[in-house]
Amino acid sequence: MKVRSQVSMVFHLDKCIGCHTCSIACKNIWTDREGAEYMWWNNVETKPGVGFPTQWEDQEKYHGGWELNDKPKNPELKLKLQNRLQTFTNLFSNPAMPTMDDYYEPWTYKYGDLFNSPLGDDQPTARPISRIDGKPIDIESGPNWDDDLGGSNIYAVNDPLLATMSAEEKQRLFSIEQLFYFYMPRICNHCLNAACGAACPSGAIYKRAEDGVVLINQDKCRGWRMCVSACPYKKTYYNWSTGKSEKCILCYPRLESGQAPACFHSCVGRIRYLGVLLYDADQIEDALKVPDEQLVQRQRDMILDPHDPKVVAAAKESGVPDGVITAAQNSPVYQYVKEWEMALPLHPEYRTLPMLFYVPPLLPVLNATQPNGTQRVETDLFSSLENARVPVRYMSRTLAAGNDELVIKSYQKMIAVRIYKRAETVGDVTKEEADAALAKAGMTAEEAEAIYHLTSLPNYQERFVIPPYSREGDIEELYDPQQRKAEMGFGKRQGPQRGL
Amino acid sequence: MLEIMLFVVFPYVALAVGIVGTIYRYLTNQYSFTSLSSQFLENDLQFWGSTLWHYGIIPTTLIHLGGFFLPKLMFIMHSTPETLYLAELAGKVLGIMALVGAGIMLYRRLTVSKIREITTPVDWVILSLLFGQVFFGLILAFLYRWGATWFLHTATPWIESLTFFQPAPQYVTALPLAHKIHFLTGFLLFALMPFSRLVHIATFPFSYMWRRFQLVIWTRRKVV
Repeated sequence: MKVRSQVSMVFHLDKCIGCHTCSIACKNIWTDREGAEYMWWNNVETKPGVGFPTQWEDQEKYHGGWELNDKPKNPELKLKLQNRLQTFTNLFSNPAMPTMDDYYEPWTYKYGDLFNSPLGDDQPTARPISRIDGKPIDIESGPNWDDDLGGSNIYAVNDPLLATMSAEEKQRLFSIEQLFYFYMPRICNHCLNAACGAACPSGAIYKRAEDGVVLINQDKCRGWRMCVSACPYKKTYYNWSTGKSEKCILCYPRLESGQAPACFHSCVGRIRYLGVLLYDADQIEDALKVPDEQLVQRQRDMILDPHDPKVVAAAKESGVPDGVITAAQNSPVYQYVKEWEMALPLHPEYRTLPMLFYVPPLLPVLNATQPNGTQRVETDLFSSLENARVPVRYMSRTLAAGNDELVIKSYQKMIAVRIYKRAETVGDVTKEEADAALAKAGMTAEEAEAIYHLTSLPNYQERFVIPPYSREGDIEELYDPQQRKAEMGFGKRQGPQRGL
Repeated sequence: MLEIMLFVVFPYVALAVGIVGTIYRYLTNQYSFTSLSSQFLENDLQFWGSTLWHYGIIPTTLIHLGGFFLPKLMFIMHSTPETLYLAELAGKVLGIMALVGAGIMLYRRLTVSKIREITTPVDWVILSLLFGQVFFGLILAFLYRWGATWFLHTATPWIESLTFFQPAPQYVTALPLAHKIHFLTGFLLFALMPFSRLVHIATFPFSYMWRRFQLVIWTRRKVV
């Protein structure tokens, strides 16, 4: 058993209000620079919808992620993008490279015209101009271009996932006055089997062993841009100005000083949880060589119980510091992912082992067959899941590689907690009905209370259990600060400017 | 005197500048080592330009280097008329591919406004020189036939003499102007490497062939 620690995340979609505060917090800190304007290390998508970049889930177009060969006896993983030799033949022009048209062309406005236009009969306007060549442009797409357009027959119909759904399910998603959509905030998943890193010809992309953050070494990146195609989530971005790829760094400078990443910290709906997961790195390969439906379960099996003395001993042997083990024991992510089995990874079928998990959105889950989707709570909610306005199939395609049971189980727990709390606070549901709901979801009253608390009432310290880093004490000193006392500091002293 | 300057001093200076400059830049500003790809901004012309260019110029360059440093092997390889024909044909095809590629790349930088915006002055210098270099190379190939053979008796001994620090410029000084321009531009391009995006040649990712897919980096624990 090779125990490693990973700073992992849970996003509770049932709480996301789609305000994009996370995206703005990230943008203000990290990507408000030339060449990075179009990058959204954190973005919020409306689902069903095309996403950002457009139709990123269509791997027949972008060739992201890993593929399992169809030999059950001798399963092998390979990058969907290309094999090692093709990496060299495609080096000069990457055939699966998304271009700026798949994202959007960043723009600003000629505000100066508002002040400097000559006197005339008409009001001066500030025309949009490209932030690349300064020419006037017609804005045809942008970040969150299909925001809130869940039922749109221009945008949402192009959601790649709809291809896998029945006509009846599709109709349910697009029926007038019954429209349904939810928000999906996305950041880098900091995968255990990252496709971006595997595809990088220069070997510039690596995982930090101490916390599992996946980073691009900006000095080693040579701009071969294979990571952009290989990441199935399209979360590495090519900086057209500096000629380097960039991605979400999980705000590691903030983590190292004990703060939650900016997108987590600023989240208005408090949907985000951050904590350590201990996992067995020896199981990574085998966990991916299974049929799609088993992927989530195998990933859960890899995640170790930090309360188990055997795991603790193995973790210590593998060099996981005591503080990190304690953080893993208090991790809200562990509770959602493993104990309660409510949080699911995004598109596990890409086989990158993403370490960001989503609790599926419950509302509006009520029966589609009732007028206006209304229904009394105490009627049989569980059987209505099959007819829910959100087809379970859509969620299972998104979060469970098509395994409906996992999504239903997560929903059942959420509904049971609701019924349980309703019996307690509103009183129009009897205690017997509440107990029956808990039993059906396979949970105890204590668990329901714990889920309720962590979902609805958690404070900062409960949502973000950041492991102690103490790098200044742990890490070998490469530079003696005393020797450098009178200097300008050490490290990179030049800005990330385009080379010659 | 001028000949000594051009065909002895200049090559040495160019090589020294190219090698020392590239190493210096790598040590002091590794961040600037990148191909500066602009495929993200424009994909269609990029495919034809870059693919034709690289697939043409890389074999051509390797064949030139083979002629310099493995002349016996090259001689054997076109010692019969049939193989000589083949060598000539291959050289011309590759050269035309590179020329068309460079032409497309120049056209693309001139006409696509986004690409033009991110083109630096040194990009123009490099691209024009590369285009010219391939152009003169093709002139030699078409006007002075059987270059595969006379190459081995002119350029090869000259380069060899430079390699062993016993410079013998007389091997090339009598050649026509087109040859001289081609030789000198070659060394000039080498000298310009550290001052341009050509440094990406020096970091061709050979190690990807055998490296592990996943890289995990541990912080170095302090030894107490």
